[in-house]
Amino acid sequence: MFKVFAKGFLGLAVALVMNLPTMSAAQDASNDTLISVENPWARASIGMSRPGGAYLTIRNDGKDTVSLVGLRAEISGMASVHETRTNSDGVSSMTPAEDIAIPAGGTVALEPGGYHAMLMQLQSPLVEGETFPLTLLFSDGTELEVNVPILGVGARGPEG
Amino acid sequence: MGKAAKFIAIGAVAIVFALFIGWWQVDGPGAGPVSGERPLPLTAMDFNLTDQDGADVSPASLIGQPSLVFFGFTYCPDVCPTTLSDISGWLDDLGTEAEDLNTILITVDPDRDTVETLAEYVSYFHPQIQGWTGSEDQIADAAEGFRATYEKVEGADGGYTMNHTAGVFLFDATGRFVSIIDYHEPREFAVPKIRRAMQDRAEGAES
Ligand SMILES: [Cu+2]
Repeated sequence: MFKVFAKGFLGLAVALVMNLPTMSAAQDASNDTLISVENPWARASIGMSRPGGAYLTIRNDGKDTVSLVGLRAEISGMASVHETRTNSDGVSSMTPAEDIAIPAGGTVALEPGGYHAMLMQLQSPLVEGETFPLTLLFSDGTELEVNVPILGVGARGPEG
Repeated sequence: MGKAAKFIAIGAVAIVFALFIGWWQVDGPGAGPVSGERPLPLTAMDFNLTDQDGADVSPASLIGQPSLVFFGFTYCPDVCPTTLSDISGWLDDLGTEAEDLNTILITVDPDRDTVETLAEYVSYFHPQIQGWTGSEDQIADAAEGFRATYEKVEGADGGYTMNHTAGVFLFDATGRFVSIIDYHEPREFAVPKIRRAMQDRAEGAES
């Protein structure tokens, strides 16, 4: 469910320019990436003044490590990956995350209490039952657009 | 030893070990805050706040029933909705058992979290969850009693966020501090801790 695959745009463009016979040729390129996203979800927002949060799992079936370097979303004037940390005194804080490396054959989850997609300056409310497009930007140039289902304000995970 | 006997023996050891780990984390030395000071008993706290209905509340409002108290703010996209959802799940698990458990969110962001804002926000979660706010000084007084800390941090977008103590404080019906449920603690640990605080109430009532 909600599994989206993306080819590196760069690889595709190079393949077309070089007039390689098929697209599968580009897929076989050694530095190619095959990144997919599973179980995206966001909580509905209450109005537009508060930042929204979204979660998902990234899988890297390529041969090389790739990093998530940024986010873009029309619904947010400022989308970025944040990390929640809780220190030994039990104090939680939220800061912009560094680039997140996803090793070849590995997964990284954006999930409550860890990483989240922070959607600041909402341009429209996140309405339960709707979806919105979120683009993930990777270190190899891959741009992967995901449709994120919006669950209830009190959702606990991708199942609601 | 026969194969079956060996199997049973290993199983028994595993069960005893699991029970020990459970005891350690729920009732044993593993319980309570890892570091920092423990909250005062509610009877020793001194603060005045306003609840989501506009009523005056104080620590005395919590005495007589066991209580879950935690700090947060409604502009928080991750920790606070996760905590409120977790607590809603615990309350669902406890069902009628938890009917008279005080469950209180105290905001650390009174500038944005007015009575009306909090009332709307908590209405999206379990109906038992209340939202308390007050002036900056009143919030500071409350945090002091719970030995909770918070700090305003400017964000990149010109807004701000709040760092804050994220654990859930558990008190028995007499106001005695029982334990902390850590942020995002699995419900198999959280729910027994709440049951224990509620048992303390039963014992307190008998004595
Ligand atoms: Cu954030």
